[in-house]
Amino acid sequence: MSNIIETVTPAPTPEAAFMRALKSFALLRESTPGMVGAFLVLFWVIVAILAPLIAPFDPLATLQPMAKPGTVYSMGGTFWLGTDHLGRDILSRIIYGSQTVLFYAPLATLCAYTLGILMGLAAGYHLGWWDIVLSRISDIILSFPVLVLYIIIIATIGSSGINIIIAITFASAPGIMRIVRGLVLDLRNRDYVAAAQTRGESALYIMLVEILPNARGPLIVDACLRLGYVIITIGVLGFLGLGLPPPDPDWGGMINETRKMAMIFPHMTIFPVIAISSLILGFNLLADGLREVSLRD
Amino acid sequence: MPDSVTPYDGPVLEIEDLCLSYYTRAGEIPAVVDFSATLAPGESIGLVGESGCGKSTVAMAIMRYMGSNGDIVSGTVKFKGRDMATLSDEELRQIRGSEIAMIYQEPMAALNPSLTIGSQLIEVPMTHDGVSKEEASKRAIAMLADVHLPDPERLMEAYPHQISGGQQQRVVIAMALLSSPSLLLLDEPTTALDVTVEAGIVELIAELSRKYNSSLLYISHNLGLMLEVCDRICVMYSGEVVEEGHIDSIFSWPKHPYTHGLFGCIPLPHADKNARPLKAIRGQLPLPHERPQGCYFGPRCDFFKAGTCDQESVRMSEVNTDDDPAHRVRCKLWNSIDHDAAIPMGDAKPPAEIGETVLEIDGMQKYYEVRDTSFAAMISGKGVRQVKANEKITFRAGRGETVAIVGESGCGKSTFAKVLMGLEQATDGEVRMNGIDIGGMPVQSRSPKQLGSLQMVFQNPNDTLNPSLTIGAQIGRVIKKFGVETDPVKIQERVLHLLDVVKLPRDFAIRKPRQLSGGQKQRIGIARAFAGNPAMVIADEPISALDVSVAAAVTELLTDIQRENQTTLLFISHDLSAVRYLADRVVVMYLGMLVERGTTDEVFSPPYHPYTEALLSAVPIADPQVEKRRIVLEGNLPSALNPPKGCPFSTRCQRRIGEICDNEPPPVQFNADRHGIACHIPMEELRKVEPVIKVSDKKPDPAGATP
Repeated sequence: MSNIIETVTPAPTPEAAFMRALKSFALLRESTPGMVGAFLVLFWVIVAILAPLIAPFDPLATLQPMAKPGTVYSMGGTFWLGTDHLGRDILSRIIYGSQTVLFYAPLATLCAYTLGILMGLAAGYHLGWWDIVLSRISDIILSFPVLVLYIIIIATIGSSGINIIIAITFASAPGIMRIVRGLVLDLRNRDYVAAAQTRGESALYIMLVEILPNARGPLIVDACLRLGYVIITIGVLGFLGLGLPPPDPDWGGMINETRKMAMIFPHMTIFPVIAISSLILGFNLLADGLREVSLRD
Repeated sequence: MPDSVTPYDGPVLEIEDLCLSYYTRAGEIPAVVDFSATLAPGESIGLVGESGCGKSTVAMAIMRYMGSNGDIVSGTVKFKGRDMATLSDEELRQIRGSEIAMIYQEPMAALNPSLTIGSQLIEVPMTHDGVSKEEASKRAIAMLADVHLPDPERLMEAYPHQISGGQQQRVVIAMALLSSPSLLLLDEPTTALDVTVEAGIVELIAELSRKYNSSLLYISHNLGLMLEVCDRICVMYSGEVVEEGHIDSIFSWPKHPYTHGLFGCIPLPHADKNARPLKAIRGQLPLPHERPQGCYFGPRCDFFKAGTCDQESVRMSEVNTDDDPAHRVRCKLWNSIDHDAAIPMGDAKPPAEIGETVLEIDGMQKYYEVRDTSFAAMISGKGVRQVKANEKITFRAGRGETVAIVGESGCGKSTFAKVLMGLEQATDGEVRMNGIDIGGMPVQSRSPKQLGSLQMVFQNPNDTLNPSLTIGAQIGRVIKKFGVETDPVKIQERVLHLLDVVKLPRDFAIRKPRQLSGGQKQRIGIARAFAGNPAMVIADEPISALDVSVAAAVTELLTDIQRENQTTLLFISHDLSAVRYLADRVVVMYLGMLVERGTTDEVFSPPYHPYTEALLSAVPIADPQVEKRRIVLEGNLPSALNPPKGCPFSTRCQRRIGEICDNEPPPVQFNADRHGIACHIPMEELRKVEPVIKVSDKKPDPAGATP
């Protein structure tokens, strides 16, 4: 059939790939919640990056205790959101605090995902003993109340940035494994996996090249949601005094330190609360938007 | 209703100049253009066409059920003289399900899995006729008996998953007929079923539509089926009816080049892969928003005339033949085409030489163990039961030969392929490939050379390629893995060469699979299988998911490459027409057992195994010159967990001779060298059986066709 004419569509080039990325963003634009979420997340990312430039004061400096929002500082400048009981500028602390949260939350999520994906792939692809052992381990971890689990882990290994990541990885990986395992159970029966098996590919190659990339859609949506939960977790750990050791600005820690004075000086608590809520809301809305867009067409 | 007072005796359905569009992000997409049809009471009309031609959209528009983004742009649909567009939602609800009923492709999806069959059936008369529950259940039981389901009372209490696919479809038909509709819409009602089951359903539909005097609108892509069930057909292409008329008239004297093209793509009994190969229609179906000016079929048509066919849109014109005044065609040139010479045929090719034996299978068995952990099983000591997926399979395949393995779902043909590929291990027997037993050799312990010499083409085009990798990367990986080339530049060269071989443009190498059509993906699947210069390729239903014209192209490609490389092809299929066309030798399987094997001619003519005979009779053939003896099998495929003790086919056999069939496994009798039949009936009697298919030699007289 030499006379078969195939319609030729333009081949993908770097520009085309860029255009496609723009197009997926354009798709997200059709989802209002998705756009609001993207805006909130982008806002905090920019704040975190530009923190040294936009923060009016040193977040650790003791300046003027318990100033109300809008108070003009005698040495120049204004405490737009007031100061806390130790006289530190709340706006600067929130701005620098965004660095902490946007550093640890994605890192912890990434670690949790790496472990969860590896466990899920192994359990879902090999089945048999791998599946039984890994699934039981994750069942045991999931049967603990999360908060108790965090307290046990942090109490055992001490509170530091690395340990927060370890605790979050340990507690979230089983949930991620469940999702990955479910996706793999479906994908492992595809013909292209059989084709890879019959050309003698190793199990690791099949899992990482043939299966994992095709599970990415639901995983990206879940990652956005989970990032929100991790931010809550970091906040909760900070609130319980299990987060980053003081005096580093940490949103959860800021709420904890000031909560006793919240009735008299609400500004000390309310602004960090707004910061945490808006970022989590941002990630959740972004996940909703991505899901909505991916379900269309 | 006023209809019941004064009986309406006009046409049941009148569709005039119907245009339907879908509104999407990309804008308005015309799905159906200028569709007209009239359906008299008791008449059956067929809509035939390839996927995407708008045939299901027409059915949905008749029900006025187009979804949120579809709408009628112009034209009218009149049901019993009433314009459907003017009816209120309440009136529509009265008509749907009671006067117009629909039967869908997937019976399991049409039944609610969490309700009993009885409760789903009695709903129909209770809602539409307002009868009591007792009366409704009486009617339901009577209807279940009408669709020839055994033990209707017990079935009323069963859940859909407890019965087989064929029985489910019978229940769906019963449900549709319960309110004795005037119009029955059938959207590919048998496509998901096995051929022997399909034959039963087709007969049932014909019988019931006579009994209840329902008009039928039958939608299918299968031209052979149309010939068996319809009075008139409409051939659709890209949203338009290109030709309509009486079934005999269209099949004997087609006028539209597309209809000619379709017949050239179907492996009819007279087609032969060497002497009279199939001829695919070149090019692809245009996307709805990229349809060409003038005739939509123009760019793919061999009779295309610039200046005539690419101007204004083409209207239907009358083909006034003596015996069919309603034959109409949408072609400006139909009068100037020589229709006798128009049936396209590929160029004859030399037959492939069959060389030394490559594959030898000797008593191969594959049993699966099913563990029953129930308490009862533990007491009776039957904790482990065996499923005999393959039982004593024996045959040989030579170099360059095409061996077809035929059987319906559950016959063990895919298990057999898995054993060959090393994804499963044989329980017993030998599978010798070039003299080495690979039956018990798992894929991990095979050498790259062994792996490369035995490759597979898969069934589902959407599943055969990894959606995340480019085409070039996927083919290149195979070349590298089998050690054909190691240098990246040479690998790239070979990838491009393979794309040339499967007749795809070279820039496909940097595309992702989702940018390709089904047929193109299947070509890539073939390129991948042949990348390692295999000695043998297993093709597991490679064309059954493709449209007729695409399937023809893929079939031709496969035979061309095979002929060129002297590859042994193991063609696994349930489609006997394709098998007759492609195969040199045929192996027929039933319930894991090999029931007949021999050359294609031997298997397709008497003596037959009774199962082969039934299978041959069940396959619809799109040729009015073919006369078939009708054999409809009763009952269901037995469970593989609990197969009959004697001959596996004894429970459904139309030639069962007695006790011996139930109790003793049949011996293999040889009619000729390597033509074996596993049956208790003596060979002399089997030889006396009449052929199932008779092709009358006389070509129908075309004189009546020319005006």
